[in-house]
Amino acid sequence: MTQPLISVENLSIKFHTDEGLITAVDKISFDIAPGEVLGLVGESGSGKSVTAKALMQLNSSNTVYTDDSRITLQTDDGTIDILELKKAKELNLIRGGAISMIFQEPMASFAPAITVGKQMVEQLMLHSSMTKKEAREHAIDMLDRVGISDAARRFDQHAFEFSGGMRQRAMIAMALSTKPKLLIADEPTTALDVTIQAQVIDLMKDLVEEFGMAILFITHDLGVIAQTADRVAVMYLGELVETGSVRQVIREPAHPYTQGLLNALPKLEKLDEPLTPVPGDIPSPLERPSGCVFHTRCSQFIEGTCDASIPSVTALADGHAAACFVVDQAVRGKTEVPA
Amino acid sequence: MSTPSHISIRNLSVHYGLGHKVLGERLVVKAIDDVSLDIPKGSFFGLVGESGSGKTTLGRAILKAAPITSGHVRYNDGEAEFDIANIGKAELKDYRKRAQLIFQDPYAALSPRMTVRDIIAEPLEVMGLTSSRDETDERVREIAAKCRLNLEHLRRFPHAFSGGQRQRISIARALVCQPKFIVADESVAALDVSIQADILNLLRTLQEDMDITFLFISHDLSVVAHTCDQVAVMYLGSIVETAPSRELFSTPRHPYTKALLSAIPSLDPDDRGRAQKLEGEIPSPANVPSGCRFHTRCPIAKDNCRVDAPAWRELAPEHMVACHYADETVAAAPL
Ligand SMILES: Nc1ncnc2c1ncn2[C@@H]1O[C@H](COP(=O)(O)OP(=O)(O)OP(=O)(O)O)[C@@H](O)[C@H]1O
Ligand SMILES: Nc1ncnc2c1ncn2[C@@H]1O[C@H](COP(=O)(O)OP(=O)(O)OP(=O)(O)O)[C@@H](O)[C@H]1O
Ligand SMILES: [Mg+2]
Ligand SMILES: [Mg+2]
Repeated sequence: MTQPLISVENLSIKFHTDEGLITAVDKISFDIAPGEVLGLVGESGSGKSVTAKALMQLNSSNTVYTDDSRITLQTDDGTIDILELKKAKELNLIRGGAISMIFQEPMASFAPAITVGKQMVEQLMLHSSMTKKEAREHAIDMLDRVGISDAARRFDQHAFEFSGGMRQRAMIAMALSTKPKLLIADEPTTALDVTIQAQVIDLMKDLVEEFGMAILFITHDLGVIAQTADRVAVMYLGELVETGSVRQVIREPAHPYTQGLLNALPKLEKLDEPLTPVPGDIPSPLERPSGCVFHTRCSQFIEGTCDASIPSVTALADGHAAACFVVDQAVRGKTEVPA
Repeated sequence: MSTPSHISIRNLSVHYGLGHKVLGERLVVKAIDDVSLDIPKGSFFGLVGESGSGKTTLGRAILKAAPITSGHVRYNDGEAEFDIANIGKAELKDYRKRAQLIFQDPYAALSPRMTVRDIIAEPLEVMGLTSSRDETDERVREIAAKCRLNLEHLRRFPHAFSGGQRQRISIARALVCQPKFIVADESVAALDVSIQADILNLLRTLQEDMDITFLFISHDLSVVAHTCDQVAVMYLGSIVETAPSRELFSTPRHPYTKALLSAIPSLDPDDRGRAQKLEGEIPSPANVPSGCRFHTRCPIAKDNCRVDAPAWRELAPEHMVACHYADETVAAAPL
């Protein structure tokens, strides 16, 4: 096994709020290998964005990472313990350097008053030894590579002069220009038309091949995951409930929540079947259910078990695992020799 | 057509002047350009197309919230009739009760300082539809229950709710004055799949219970396929195809409809990159291409497409299309 590029262990994220300390992410662990695309899915509020932001320490100042939380990044200069970084200078080396992030709303990535090109050049000069002239050439080349025609002229324009699809491309160009080892893409296509979305997905795939970088791809669209990810992690109320290869998770979802998400998806080849939502609403992080956090909405809930204790992770097949009592009992039933 | 039209649109144009001149000519954005369309009473009618194609503008023009440059929109719910382009002030007041909008963004649409009860009650109070607070409360409770909000919810403020619950609040608000026609503009776009399925089921149930006609605007074709009875496909201010939903998704005729369908990401991980992709972006509505407006991106465009605008013709019952070569596209596999 190759050494993971980034390794997240026991990550817990809490926030100080008016209503007290709330738990947004609870002891999650996952790795991303170099060049791997990990898809992170889950309902709104499940903790996808705060997890992603933790990888660059981008969460707001009311954030608490518990003491045993660890995020380690392998770089050419050795191992970096990201949550231990304190100085802005050290953090800025990671942000936009080894790790880049693209956001759902592209305007959030661009300063409104300066041109797209100037912003790209500033970032390049911060993270490389390029001269201004080299940085300019490289930035124009990147804009060109993401399919922005007339890149030299576009370089001198502001983001608001771009169309939605072009902004998304420019943001990707900027995020990739420093050749990051890890790209975090937080819902990069949710706001886009299917046509532009298809173009952006193609573009990202090409770039993975060309630059060999890893991607943490966050979305609630399982179709987009099926088209882009190597592995998938499913999150619910701050916990990882299932992980596996994209084929395992999409074809043989084990956790009832993953099954629910797949069932809720409108499918063009099944127009006669009614849409079946996961019943109920995601609980507030202030009222985390006891036992398995999903038990309040689970169709396979076992009374006295699921509401009483926390399920541990059950390994199903190579790299496929789920945290669920029902799954665990099924696996045991298969392997235990009947008395 | 057997069902009477609830909304009947004839040669509708909505053009916006762009202040500045280019080569002596004032630039005009043709957001809606000569559109004719019938929305049958009691239907769940889908409107799809890329960003900038004019979907919102069409919805707003029907609701008298976008300026009608030329053409007609006629409204007839069986009890009242309106000629929207020429509607008078008094009539408009009545029309506002009958035709409502559900907003796209459940986060932005709700005032943070009002309780859910007050948010839902506001349209009743503004339009003076109830005579006492008790009556208002009664109406609010009734519609809230239909939208699965309980009494306790009504006392809270919107920030305490999840995205799905907020969307149910804005639906309750749109329905409280018992409208007959609703424009739902990207009402589920901001929601994740499980909440989305829940809201779509709710809308369909309400439509049947309350006998409402829906214009459902969305850029998500799988959602439209599951929810709508009929669908119109819009491109650059113009309708290029309409058909019963099943037929549109099984036998799309316009190359644009086909391209939209094939761009939907497949759920099969072994089926990557199969989609036939549409290149480039939608042109500016201030500079509409000559002939067929889709010819600049069309995979099957021929010389005459650059010159002649295709006629609007019926290829099968209720299946209309504007494409010179729509007959040939049938032979090719639908996806
Ligand atoms: N700065 C903060 N202070 C307090 N709570 C926060 C803060 N940031 C996030 N949260 C809470 O943490 C939880 C997880 O939020 P997060 O943004 O990660 O969700 P998400 O999975 O990305 O959802 P979405 O799909 O809607 O983007 C939510 O309950 C959110 O309200
Ligand atoms: N008030 C206005 N002034 C000038 N142009 C406008 C105005 N309103 C809309 N437009 C233009 O009309 C065209 C159609 O816009 P519209 O908002 O109807 O598109 P849409 O199909 O709803 O797109 P989306 O999917 O992004 O919501 C766009 O090019 C838009 O920029
Ligand atoms: Mg998020
Ligand atoms: Mg719109």
